[in-house]
Amino acid sequence: MSQSSGTQQNPLIRRDRVFEFLIPRQVDDLDLSHGTALYLEDISVNFDGFQAISGLNFYVNKGELRCLIGPNGAGKTTLMDIVTGKTRPDTGSAWFGQRINLLRMDEAEIAQVGIGRKFQKPSVFENLSVFDNLELSMAGTRNLWKTFRAKIDGQTLSRLESMAETINLIDHLHSPAGMLSHGQKQWLEIGMLIMQNPLLLLVDEPAAGMTHQEMDQTVELLTALAGDHAIVVVEHDMDFVRALNAPVTVLHQGSVLAEGSMAEIQANPDVMRVYLGTEDVSC
Amino acid sequence: MSIQRTHQSRTSTLLFVIVLMATLIGVTVCNQLPESHPLHVGNYMITLLGKYLTYAILAVSVDLVWGYLGILSLGHAAFFALGGYAMGMHLMRQIGDRGVYGNPDLPDFMVFLNWTELPWYWLGFDNFAFTALMILLVPGLLAFVFGWFAFRSRVNGVYLSIITQALTYALMLAFFRNEMGLGGNNGLTDFRELLGFDLRSDEVRLGLFLASGIALLFVYLLCNVILRSRLGKVSIAIRDAEDRTRFIGYRVEHVKLALFTLSAMIAGLAGALYVPQVGIINPGEFSPLNSIEVVVWVAIGGRGTLYGAVLGAIGVNYAKTWFTGAYPEAWLFALGLLFVLVTLVLPKGVAGLFKRAKTGTSPS
Repeated sequence: MSQSSGTQQNPLIRRDRVFEFLIPRQVDDLDLSHGTALYLEDISVNFDGFQAISGLNFYVNKGELRCLIGPNGAGKTTLMDIVTGKTRPDTGSAWFGQRINLLRMDEAEIAQVGIGRKFQKPSVFENLSVFDNLELSMAGTRNLWKTFRAKIDGQTLSRLESMAETINLIDHLHSPAGMLSHGQKQWLEIGMLIMQNPLLLLVDEPAAGMTHQEMDQTVELLTALAGDHAIVVVEHDMDFVRALNAPVTVLHQGSVLAEGSMAEIQANPDVMRVYLGTEDVSC
Repeated sequence: MSIQRTHQSRTSTLLFVIVLMATLIGVTVCNQLPESHPLHVGNYMITLLGKYLTYAILAVSVDLVWGYLGILSLGHAAFFALGGYAMGMHLMRQIGDRGVYGNPDLPDFMVFLNWTELPWYWLGFDNFAFTALMILLVPGLLAFVFGWFAFRSRVNGVYLSIITQALTYALMLAFFRNEMGLGGNNGLTDFRELLGFDLRSDEVRLGLFLASGIALLFVYLLCNVILRSRLGKVSIAIRDAEDRTRFIGYRVEHVKLALFTLSAMIAGLAGALYVPQVGIINPGEFSPLNSIEVVVWVAIGGRGTLYGAVLGAIGVNYAKTWFTGAYPEAWLFALGLLFVLVTLVLPKGVAGLFKRAKTGTSPS
């Protein structure tokens, strides 16, 4: 709309408008008064003899954007699985705010209190239309009867349509999500995550399979979401991590090796040895 | 585009309703024609068609959980048989003192076993309203308890199918026992009347045929309403990506439990309409093979389309009637061949053929 935003810029990151998803959702039980959104303390997970996570401590502040890096097998995905309820740790505790004990909840409950997850592989519901995908993800009731009785009113309809427009899928609104290209599925999944409006977002390798231009848009989007939403990004692409310009946590063999800004991490001798050692990190 | 899409599925529902209504009315009219008339439909055919319609209801119930929720139940005939037994018990009580032994309270087989009083679980079955409730409640309760354990423990796929198969087999063995008080090996038979109507009269047979048709219509529309709602979309989401559905906050096990229980109740209703038309219910109805056959009907007709399930049930059973008359030994081979061919050539069944024809002609 404004001249500066131009035509090629993604409408998601237009600055002349406050999107609904930028306003955080209220959850009754959530208490973030101490400023920390996620507490993981002394977590250990053992998969049949393989120590995936050992004595991990990890905190995410309210509204913080955090990058999580580490070599393969460092435990990044396991950590996300623990937070979203897919994996139960052998020891340790996981709290969302001060009051919500994540270890006592299943995946659906955790999603309902406001933790969203974007998978590495775009996972949309292929046989449902783009519209249906967005509709199902939309924050709101998950009660069986209310889901059955749910009607789409004008306001919801325009919300869904504006989201489809935002992620550039308005022309495909009623085609099955399975027909979309890889990049379009990525965007649809981001749209679904935004419709879900979580307070904590776990984003697994968002840049995988994206063009440079799409990556830039994703960086802008994640930066815009941070502040009101706590976000944890797992990524292998160092350029992408650098572009996010956020604190970085390095995992190695299931525990935290280092934490700090990208510059500090790059200067850290331990990190250079175990992870970045073979790479040229000066650029 | 949105309007077009809903319009199409509305059209197919409307088309189904019109075809079904036209069939019911047409058959009724043809039945009234004099026997010499070329379009006359005999009473034997009426009962046969009525039976097919109850099979169609059963097929819809299987399609609801298999085609739209991904639960391959290989034990749905158990719910069908339970509904049938509930109806059978009512019909036994309706015989009154007209049985061979003339005992006003006890069915013949109990007198034969020297039982002196009616077991507690037979109480109330002389009342039709109570029976009608049990027809839905007994299969529903079994499905609820079974589903509660299975879905909460996240038993999925082949394992779930095997357990459902075991369930129906266990029930078959139990119902074979005379101590169950449900007629053992012979089951329940020799029915006389339902709600005061003589089951052997032609009018009542026509009435049961029409009742089955109306029940099919009702069940079809009910499933349609559910599948068109957001719950139906959640159900398809669960079928395609169960874990993903959990991560956006839906309680997968609740959805599964609700639809599985509903499906079992529908199967029970089908069984209850089946029994007065065929005149007997015995433990053979619990046979695992029966449940597998239902799945074959749905696969042939087209999994994931309700009208496909109806077409499959009626079509395959018509073929069965014809085959078992003409070449009795060949039927199972023919069914097997049909199943293999459909799996290879028409993975979406006969309904998939329609869809392909439709998209082929439209410029998309």
